[in-house]
Amino acid sequence: MTADRLAARFATCKEAGRAALVTFVTAGDPTVAATPAILDALVAGGADIIELGMPFTDPMADGPAIELANLRSLGSGTKTRDIFHLATTFRARHPHTPLVLMGYANPMLVRGSEWFAGQCRQAGVDGVICVDVPPEEDAEIGPALRAAGIHLIRLATPTTDAARLPAVLDGASGFLYHVAVAGITGKQQAAQAAVEQAVARLKAATDLPIAVGFGVRSAEQAAAIGRVADGVVVGSAIVDIIGSHGDAAAPFVQEFVASLRGALNANSPHYRETTA
Amino acid sequence: MTIKNSLRSQPDASGHFGSFGGRYVAETLMPLILELEKVYKAARQDPEFDAEFTQLLRTYVGRPNPLYYAQRLTEALRAGAPEGPNGQKKGAKIYLKREELNHTGAHKINNCIGQALLARRMGKKKVIAETGAGQHGVATATVAALFGMECKIFMGAKDVERQKPNVFRMKLLGAEVVPVVSGSQTLKDAMNDALRHWVSNVHDTFYIIGTAAGPHPYPELVRDFQSIIGREAREQILEIEGRLPDMLIAPVGGGSNAIGLFHPFLDDAEVKMIGVEAAGEGLQGKHAASLAGGASGILHGNRTYLLQDEDGQITEAHSISAGLDYPGIGPEHSWLHEIGRVEYMPITDDEALASFQKLAALEGIIPALESAHAIASAEKVAPTMDADQIIVVNLSGRGDKDIFTVADALGVEM
Repeated sequence: MTADRLAARFATCKEAGRAALVTFVTAGDPTVAATPAILDALVAGGADIIELGMPFTDPMADGPAIELANLRSLGSGTKTRDIFHLATTFRARHPHTPLVLMGYANPMLVRGSEWFAGQCRQAGVDGVICVDVPPEEDAEIGPALRAAGIHLIRLATPTTDAARLPAVLDGASGFLYHVAVAGITGKQQAAQAAVEQAVARLKAATDLPIAVGFGVRSAEQAAAIGRVADGVVVGSAIVDIIGSHGDAAAPFVQEFVASLRGALNANSPHYRETTA
Repeated sequence: MTIKNSLRSQPDASGHFGSFGGRYVAETLMPLILELEKVYKAARQDPEFDAEFTQLLRTYVGRPNPLYYAQRLTEALRAGAPEGPNGQKKGAKIYLKREELNHTGAHKINNCIGQALLARRMGKKKVIAETGAGQHGVATATVAALFGMECKIFMGAKDVERQKPNVFRMKLLGAEVVPVVSGSQTLKDAMNDALRHWVSNVHDTFYIIGTAAGPHPYPELVRDFQSIIGREAREQILEIEGRLPDMLIAPVGGGSNAIGLFHPFLDDAEVKMIGVEAAGEGLQGKHAASLAGGASGILHGNRTYLLQDEDGQITEAHSISAGLDYPGIGPEHSWLHEIGRVEYMPITDDEALASFQKLAALEGIIPALESAHAIASAEKVAPTMDADQIIVVNLSGRGDKDIFTVADALGVEM
């Protein structure tokens, strides 16, 4: 990898004494044409890392909000080549902001894993989260991504017990995504105590940064999780804003992301010093 | 015989049938899938598990069901067949394996009883299932009532509307029917929502998958529970004819009845097999023939042939038979197709409709539209075979559920 943007960003955030803000939107939601402005709004609002969802007809790990975003995107005609074009132009505008593709195996692998990894590298994608390829099936996607210098970001869940965790960590890179609730995206909210316990358990097992997501909807929740985790992932709440405002969503997205970032900043001792 | 060369020793330890199968699920489900595999392995070694399964199949399902010689169908096909080199009319003898005589009217119940026994072993008190036409939903609701388990059935909102009698049946049996409004509102979306519910309730819920598909170990265990079909058929044909059949024919949606019939015969090279895919309006139009018109991909926990576009988006399936209206197929069928052990033949809606009526008129048996696809295939194949050859067709279900669909297709008002 020429420059590890993910590692650099987590390091910067750590130095600033706050958690990284990881934001998710679906590529092509509501249209491919509207996506660049939304991605720019995420960055302008203060997002550290962008997760760009690859739409799929059958997003079975997602709740209603992101499922609808997938259908809006596909309904407006989004193709895989559009997604890589969005990534390429994003990289040109934002040379330092890490970009992660998140989605399901079939659209990623339909032309072969080498093709996919090559496209990721060309487009300046830093990492990939593939929801339905567990470590047991790593051969489908892992070797190609590693060869191309793309991080394969793995998921750990409340059901990932101590016996299983080493298998999840083996081959994981970039960061570890802790799915806070056993469930689908955007539904229940995890109990803070359970998140803290899980993050402590994961930190004991790996040096990778730990980002926590699933069910994080408000600035208050983000701040609470940000006090213990290295990163906080917010998806469905942003996708809901896009669902309501469509093509005109960018300023609303920016405002909401800024509120999340403000809440994370407030955790930082440096931030308190400079604003006191 | 060496086990290594057996076609019956799949899947491998990680659940693959050649390059198909596997475990493509979200991390939340992985520990549960691994636990299920462990429990199933232990159950398979446990004579008590087998004894209870067998006992329920006998006393509750009504097994063994008959292997019936369809003489009038055989003779009707012979009448239109060419003469063989010996001057005798061609036209194989057609036997029907009568799965439609099972309790709840189809093969589905075999698998549901097996999985309910596994759920009980795992201490799960709640079961869920997906259903298209409602046959698997009814079978699951039935075993849930039998075992005193709480039951939720996910069913596409369109199917809920189309299949009102089965919705009412499930409710009578104590199940809650959840209409699925996402996506195309049919079987694949019902499966998506069942998976979403499962991932949120893994601690107390068992997912009874209705066909030989999904993440390992489902394709294997569903096949094993359905293999009672082929074991019985084998014993019965040996008793009646003193030899193995020349040909097996079964309809394939996900393919559980077909793999159940085929599997015990896979190592008998002289037994040919045809799996019948739903060609809908024809392979150039809307259809559900994943092997004839699809490509390898990943959906619902397994790698298998899928109907999809060049970007890997799943395309909508179509068949007049709701049970075949699914854009995928069980992974073992993908493998058997690729190695050429089983031939897969597409049959259109119109061909199935004609055979539906023909079997009713000639044999007094109203087949499920799924099974009518297999009859249509037999009608094509039997006249090309010699009169002393034998075909066994899996009559996987009865057609009462389909009379509204058929009436509609024939323009009859009821």
